[in-house]
Amino acid sequence: MSAPTAASPIDQRPLRGVLALFASRAGFYAFAALVAAFFALPMAWLVLAPFEAHPTFVAGLVQPTLDNFAVVFKNPDALASLRNSLVLAVGTMAVVVVCASLAAYALSRVKLPGRDITLYVLLLFSSVVTGSAAMVPIFVLVYDLHLINTLEGVILVLAGGTLPASIFILKDFMDSVPTSYEESARVFGAGPFRILKDVVAPIVRPGLVVIAVWSIVTVWGSFLTPFILLDKPSLLPASVEIYSYYDVGGSAKLPLIAAFALVYTLPVVVIYLIVQHRYGFRFFGGIKG
Amino acid sequence: MSARSTKSSVRPTSRTADHPLGQIAEPSLGPAASLEAAGPSGLGRKWAAVFLTPSAVLIGVFLIFPAAWTLYLGLTNFSLVGFAAAHTTFEGLANYRNAITDPEFGNSLLITLVYVFGSAIVGQVVLGFAMAWKWKDWRSPLRRAVEALAIIAWIVPSSVVAFLWISYLQGNIGPLVEQGTLDFILHISTNWLLQFPLLSLIIFNVWRGSAFSMMLFNGALQSVPPSYLETARISGASEFQQLRDVVLPRIKGHVLTDVLLISLWTFNDFTPYLLTAGGPNGQTETLPVFVYKVAFQQGNLGYASAISLIMLVINSVIAVVYLSLLRSRNT
Repeated sequence: MSAPTAASPIDQRPLRGVLALFASRAGFYAFAALVAAFFALPMAWLVLAPFEAHPTFVAGLVQPTLDNFAVVFKNPDALASLRNSLVLAVGTMAVVVVCASLAAYALSRVKLPGRDITLYVLLLFSSVVTGSAAMVPIFVLVYDLHLINTLEGVILVLAGGTLPASIFILKDFMDSVPTSYEESARVFGAGPFRILKDVVAPIVRPGLVVIAVWSIVTVWGSFLTPFILLDKPSLLPASVEIYSYYDVGGSAKLPLIAAFALVYTLPVVVIYLIVQHRYGFRFFGGIKG
Repeated sequence: MSARSTKSSVRPTSRTADHPLGQIAEPSLGPAASLEAAGPSGLGRKWAAVFLTPSAVLIGVFLIFPAAWTLYLGLTNFSLVGFAAAHTTFEGLANYRNAITDPEFGNSLLITLVYVFGSAIVGQVVLGFAMAWKWKDWRSPLRRAVEALAIIAWIVPSSVVAFLWISYLQGNIGPLVEQGTLDFILHISTNWLLQFPLLSLIIFNVWRGSAFSMMLFNGALQSVPPSYLETARISGASEFQQLRDVVLPRIKGHVLTDVLLISLWTFNDFTPYLLTAGGPNGQTETLPVFVYKVAFQQGNLGYASAISLIMLVINSVIAVVYLSLLRSRNT
């Protein structure tokens, strides 16, 4: 390992050099340890409390048990909320992947005036509007469309918010695909839909995976949109459902919350780690709602 | 067909991604105009329009229209409850006049700016940069492990994160409230979210979001040639001088992009509501929380829309300032 500050190549004064090197390495590791503790300590509860028979707010493992998970899997509301989260995530992902593929392909192959600046402005705009600035009009709009208290309404709103970033990312992938394949396919009489589906899509598969994973992770964690658009208990996704467990006065159901939080969190962490491992991919840019 | 084959032989095989058509429409080619209309893949403007329609509809209806609608709703007394619920009337700029004199709005705006400045512009940028810079040449699984911790803090759903921090910062003040992990470690009893609410929120958001800056700066620092740093070091430049004279000029664009994105995200972040719901006494009531309360707890959608529009305007100003800084850097 090479601490970046331990540089001076040939030291004239060995003892002072060694001491300086030691001090700089100690400082280096102290910083790393501090940062690690800063990030790890708040997470300790999520890792330990689900397996503790009598969880408190202090992260600890005195009496290990798996019973808390049994509580979750016997709770019909908890299971329904996980299913709702899955429907929202997969539904939004499907809409986003189809629409973004079509749009990114068109934008990549046909130059329209103001294309790049429009896309960039939309990208910034989406990170703001889907945040919170438009919660009132979105609520009123979805209400007027009779989509309040429907998962479809939430899917459409979230898709509208995640599309600009997805198109932005996917267009980059499409731009790097040579058009010669499409030309050959066209010679053999394939139409535009066919070319996109059978020629371009297989080549940009990594890009499709990126936007699919990114939209699933975003929607899986999204809180505000389902929070304002759904109030029927049977439709709540996990992000809102868990909040109802700990808002009940002083008696938060800690065993249920702890195990449920872990079950709810694990999929996104696992997906992220797999994708990062396989594609070296990092969630990037206008992103994260 | 012959025209197309001429064109494909003219086109460089590895063209730059951005302007596929710019290189095809060579003036020397007779049928270039018709080719431009058709595009290299034969996707004409007509088909492009068809392909763009679904996205355009979704973005138009669920993104652009709502933002534009705040403009109109903000001028009305539109309401969920009471007399005005059935009789929405046009009120002109009344909501904006109210906002100017509303101490709660002023308070909320100030809190939001402190939150954005403290947690994003200072906290996340400094910590994210420190991690990228200090560990630039650190090749070790330990580094990947610490980075993974930061990234997990970033991708865990906000509902879970909020609960983690509530339990982390609990203090055993009184018989009903239990101790949290931080107090347990430090052997003190402080209820951080009650006694230092905004500071707790700022530190929380540094924890939550620094991974993004770290990853962005990890990439950015690769554009700084190691030999330049080596030269600076050998000629005796301090770490601060290296950063100021060698590193910063090369990654200024990345810094601005980073600050822009995280400022906007933090400004519009709804997670504070999950941690403190704006309390105690409005001390953590950032603008998104304020809008939520006005709209959905008080039912005053018109006033909430006016506040939303003010938020959008502030966000646009932030974006324009950063983008013009970015542009002035390039020229």
